[in-house]
Amino acid sequence: MHSVEIRNLDLSFGGLGVLKNLNLDIREGEFLVLLGSSGCGKSTLLNCIAGLLEVTNGQIFINGRNVTWAEPSERGIGMVFQSYALYPQMTVEGNLSFGLRNARMPKAEIEKRVTRAAEILQIEPLLKRKPAALSGGQRQRVAIGRALVRDVDVFLFDEPLSNLDAKLRADLRVELKQLHSRLGNTMIYVTHDQIEAMTLADRIAIMRGGVIEQLTSPDEIYNRPVNKYVADFVGSPSMNFMEGVIDGGIFRVGEARIPLDRYRASGRGDMSGPAWIGVRPEHVVTGDAAEGAAYAAEVPVELVEPMGSDTLVWTTFEGSRFRLRMDGQSQVRKGDRMRIGLALEQSSLFDSASEVRL
Amino acid sequence: MADPGILGSTLPAADAVRERLSGPHGPRPKRALSGTNIMLYGTLLIVAMYYLLPLYVMLVTSVKGMPEIRLGNVFSPPMEITFQPWVKAWAEACTGINCDGLSRGFWNSVRILIPSVILSIAIASVNGYALSMWKFRGSELFFTILILGAFIPYQVMLYPIVIMLREAGLYGSLTGLVLVHVVFGMPINTLLFRNYFAAIPSELFKAARVDGAGFWGIYFRIVMPMSLPIFVVALIIQVTGIWNDFLFGVTYISSPERYPMTVQLNNIVNSVQGVKEYNVNMAATLLTGLVPLVIYFASGRLFVRGIAAGAVKG
Ligand SMILES: Nc1ncnc2c1ncn2[C@@H]1O[C@H](COP(=O)(O)OP(=O)(O)OP(=O)(O)O)[C@@H](O)[C@H]1O
Ligand SMILES: [Mg+2]
Repeated sequence: MHSVEIRNLDLSFGGLGVLKNLNLDIREGEFLVLLGSSGCGKSTLLNCIAGLLEVTNGQIFINGRNVTWAEPSERGIGMVFQSYALYPQMTVEGNLSFGLRNARMPKAEIEKRVTRAAEILQIEPLLKRKPAALSGGQRQRVAIGRALVRDVDVFLFDEPLSNLDAKLRADLRVELKQLHSRLGNTMIYVTHDQIEAMTLADRIAIMRGGVIEQLTSPDEIYNRPVNKYVADFVGSPSMNFMEGVIDGGIFRVGEARIPLDRYRASGRGDMSGPAWIGVRPEHVVTGDAAEGAAYAAEVPVELVEPMGSDTLVWTTFEGSRFRLRMDGQSQVRKGDRMRIGLALEQSSLFDSASEVRL
Repeated sequence: MADPGILGSTLPAADAVRERLSGPHGPRPKRALSGTNIMLYGTLLIVAMYYLLPLYVMLVTSVKGMPEIRLGNVFSPPMEITFQPWVKAWAEACTGINCDGLSRGFWNSVRILIPSVILSIAIASVNGYALSMWKFRGSELFFTILILGAFIPYQVMLYPIVIMLREAGLYGSLTGLVLVHVVFGMPINTLLFRNYFAAIPSELFKAARVDGAGFWGIYFRIVMPMSLPIFVVALIIQVTGIWNDFLFGVTYISSPERYPMTVQLNNIVNSVQGVKEYNVNMAATLLTGLVPLVIYFASGRLFVRGIAAGAVKG
């Protein structure tokens, strides 16, 4: 049985369609990340699942039960917001127990659950404080605790870490992952942050304009994006693209002739005619590896960006901007010429017109 | 919050820091009599006099006896202080056939004020809450129509309301007047509450719904405790407005027994029989103005405290 099922969901504000005929099945205990550019409808989808927005069309099931018209509190979901949304006049304890008191749970049970949540999230010393007296990280823990005490099946997170500084974000990310493996709940997590998406997700859904473009494992999303949009959106620095023509198993771009016999075709499209080739910066190889690659060429080094663990080199290849990632120890300098090779095994080809993967 | 000046001078650490500051220090030297200062304080003094002089005249006149008033020195302090005019204004002055002073009007006003204020604030705050957080189809239109009500001059509606109250059997009663006050206070107070509530983050509202709080649960347990200042503002507006009302009182109350204090004050001051008792009139006027004054001083402090509390909450 699926934990969350979404069938043909439509949602519009006035006449503006935000979600369009959206279908999504989420497995029990799965960590699903919704990733997409701003305004693509991630929060809207989450609010629909939570019951905070009335759907225009379609149905939502949670644990097999049709909850399309159920109240948020009756759906077995807990939600954590970007702005924490703690009740300012209540103590941490009051915040945690608010939902339980609304459900008229016995005092002893409330106390037990609050204590347990506080222990899991390590906020026991803060229970008597008001939210104003907490740091951002502590506030977000309390917000997570508020979902935790209600013992829900599905956790919904709307960019929970994006108000925190980088270090705290990394810490809490790890804690969230541990929390997930400890609790085993289904989690649906909205983020802008690719690192969060890649590290936390069992599966990632890439959204664009109210439609899910691709839904699969982080590895698959990264290495075998279904279309050019997904390929471009995922990865930082992003993928290098060149437009050319496929002709008889050869990709022609400018003077270059790139043999495609090592490319793993998806079988979805016709391997001929105008197309894009996409190569991630780390799949552009140098040195000895370049000679072993499917295609090698000599290019000028135009800009070097050392980033500590690795170095990003900017160059031009057949008239297109090209970035390649080398390890942090490499001694290339601006003005050098270097040999590069394209690892066709890990590259992507997209049809020029439809932009789908070939 | 402690005064930072006091705090600074009592903390040894702060003293130590101050010691280490080199160079001349201490309060910035002031020049007492610069041209700007004379201008500034002069203007302030004149403005203050402008407001306080009439009050002074009223106060001194209200404790003078009639013989002293006839001498005509309005600004001179009383030679002999008497509280008789206050007693008379409160308990003995006559309007028409009743000679029990302003006390009757006072209690009428209280009976009008309390239900009017409670009802109008309760209804307007729930209105504002519903309009800002539970938007429904057409809620913006509803709000616009309600606000238009604030711009229609009262005079236009005076007579139609007489007819409506008469048809409802409420004309001349305190209940009818309470109803009128509640209705007329609605647009401006709804606007006040709606705008204040609109600033509460919507995520807080969503979180409360996920936590299982309903319409009233969110209102009483989330929204109201966060909004003390705006309730105090509405209280001040309504108390002063309703207490000072004359027009509705004189229009919708038909018998002198039920007149509110302002109407009764007018009748006492304007009564044409006998000699004009200026001292009694002054005392009566001061008595009538006392309630808004007290409310203002009492809740004004609460109001400031409310705002300060809101500012500290993150
Ligand atoms: N209440 C609303 N009324 C009208 N349009 C809305 C409303 N809420 C959202 N929208 C629109 O719906 C679209 C999707 O919004 P949504 O908040 O779901 O985006 P998002 O993917 O969460 O973006 P972000 O990453 O910036 O949070 C946006 O174009 C937005 O303008
Ligand atoms: Mg969003």
